[in-house]
Amino acid sequence: MTTFLTGWGRTAPTPAELARPRSVAELCELVAAAPGRGVVARGLGRSYGDAAQNAGGLVLDCTGLDTWTFDESSGLVTASGGVSLHDLMTALVPRGWFVPVSPGTRHVTVGGAIAADVHGKNHHRDSSFGAHVRSITLVTADGTVRTLRPGDPLFPATVGGMGLTGVIAEATFGCVPVETSLMRVDVQRTADLDETLATMAATDDRYRYTVAWIDLLARGRRMGRSVLTRGDHVTRAEEKESPAFAPGALLRAPAWAPGGLLNGVSVRAFNELWYRKAPRRKTVVQGIAPFFHPLDFVDGWNRMYGSRGFVQYQFVVPFGAEDTLRGIVGSLSAHGTVSFLTVLKRFGPGSGGLLSFPMPGWTLALDIPVGQRGLGGLLRGFDRRVAAAGGRVYLAKDARLRADMMAAMYPELERWRRIRDEADPAGLFRSDLARRLRL
Amino acid sequence: MKNALGAVDTVLLLGGRSEIGLEIVRLLVGLGASRVVLAVRGGFDPPELGGAEVHVVPFDALDVQGHGAVFAKAAELVGDLDVVISAFGVLGSQAGYDADPAAAAEAVAVNYGAHVSVGLHAARVLREQGHGTLVVLSSVAGARVRKANFVYGSAKAGLDGFAQGLGDALHGSGAKVLIVRPGFVIGRMTKGLTPAPMSSTPRQVAVATVGALREGRSSVWVPRALGPAFGLLRLLPRPLWRRLPR
Repeated sequence: MTTFLTGWGRTAPTPAELARPRSVAELCELVAAAPGRGVVARGLGRSYGDAAQNAGGLVLDCTGLDTWTFDESSGLVTASGGVSLHDLMTALVPRGWFVPVSPGTRHVTVGGAIAADVHGKNHHRDSSFGAHVRSITLVTADGTVRTLRPGDPLFPATVGGMGLTGVIAEATFGCVPVETSLMRVDVQRTADLDETLATMAATDDRYRYTVAWIDLLARGRRMGRSVLTRGDHVTRAEEKESPAFAPGALLRAPAWAPGGLLNGVSVRAFNELWYRKAPRRKTVVQGIAPFFHPLDFVDGWNRMYGSRGFVQYQFVVPFGAEDTLRGIVGSLSAHGTVSFLTVLKRFGPGSGGLLSFPMPGWTLALDIPVGQRGLGGLLRGFDRRVAAAGGRVYLAKDARLRADMMAAMYPELERWRRIRDEADPAGLFRSDLARRLRL
Repeated sequence: MKNALGAVDTVLLLGGRSEIGLEIVRLLVGLGASRVVLAVRGGFDPPELGGAEVHVVPFDALDVQGHGAVFAKAAELVGDLDVVISAFGVLGSQAGYDADPAAAAEAVAVNYGAHVSVGLHAARVLREQGHGTLVVLSSVAGARVRKANFVYGSAKAGLDGFAQGLGDALHGSGAKVLIVRPGFVIGRMTKGLTPAPMSSTPRQVAVATVGALREGRSSVWVPRALGPAFGLLRLLPRPLWRRLPR
């Protein structure tokens, strides 16, 4: 069936044949019979840009591959590529286990989490999802199934490889034990960017999970003022609670929202409120869902940006390049860029994925509605500053980067290409993102 | 691929010397396009286009048998074609055509027939890609044909109708057609002629075209006021229409 697909940002739709295999055998058949325009796997469509689109080609909806097993003695999950982290959490949290890494939404698949090598609030301690993967079962271009382990050259090409080495049929990864389903969260407000950076650098190591929300519309002395949230799993000794997890969406975004709803005025008001309602310093106890996935409480929140959609811009610059970070925050603030949710985080070591995004440094993520004047030029300027500082832009969120920036941002690109070309000489695995960035 | 902000990467310009065509390409390069193919007749020294990679491919509008090869070559050079601009054409004078009917037929073959061939080749390529826009340079001359240039105008009328039909045929395929309808354009093609009311420059046509491309529109009048103006002029009774000065 030909279907128009977009990423979570709802920009640049393209048509593709959409097939939904229910077994690995069916998956292999579909890959072997893929058309000239190639094939790419798709999970729950949470990549913001065009990573899981393939104009004129085949897209495999992998959510039908949804079986998994858990070995309590080793803490290892073996899951099909289409299993969602939501399903895993729902089953595992009551048994006292949690996924090793959770991004800002739990509605991502295991295959997508590995292909984008997703990170969470614990990156400074636990690295990204790929670092916890013990093996990957990959359907490669010849339609055969290969099992990859960390020593295999194709393993680091697949972790963070955006689905371009093959389709992840199954993976085994380690989970972490938890005693309750509660989080003890330290909330702290900072007055400006310097205080934000200094506080995070000084206190991050005390917590497993940390993140800062930045009010990007605050200018002058208050530029970069933030609300820091830092948390740890609550132990049974602290709270007598048996772990439980059954969150649903509380609200549903309307099927249609007018463009421009999230504009300078409404976002400024929201930011002001969000900053002011945060206590100067306070410790609270929260559930897992409100701490990790606050946006999941609004089903289809991406629709609130209207029909033109939005782009997410996330970059990382290495430690020592704080001036680049300050410069970009300053430009955004001066330009009056409307970003509803701007998040700052300190990264620890990467996972070894050749095209993985995280590296030790500072990462900033913004959500920007499409249609703001001069946005393309502004972001292209940021690309150059980020690349010059030795940083990079996150491909799973990207929908607009130019191909000529890739080599500077991803120094392992050529090595990745060699491994990919060997595994897929005809370039069968292709996506709109791959075409746009000439991967 | 067109990105989330509407910028494109690759452009094929058929009629690589066209002033309007080159202005459109310059603007697209300024917005992020990095690879350009100019399809032109005869020897040609390509202009510098904002640092983009520029290729030249031989193209003769009247050699319709060779059109397929032009598209094949362009795809080989730059891969997917994000924007194809069909910008070649000849104006000529009505008096000249009156005196030389064979020249009139040849001009129509360039201004209409060759565009049909190019349009169908482009449609096939863009449909297979599942994305991309064909930009067709139509004209108000075709919106209602005037006695002062009815050979040129009738070819543009045919082209406009073809482009509308092609756009409808491509609906749902991911590929699109953008019809650009400028009024009098002050440029090389109209040198020596007195500008008509609501005339524009190649630059203005290019700005309007690129704006329409980014918005994904199917047609644009340049200037915009020509749209409603011709909505009314089309209703003008013929005895009045033929008495208009030009």
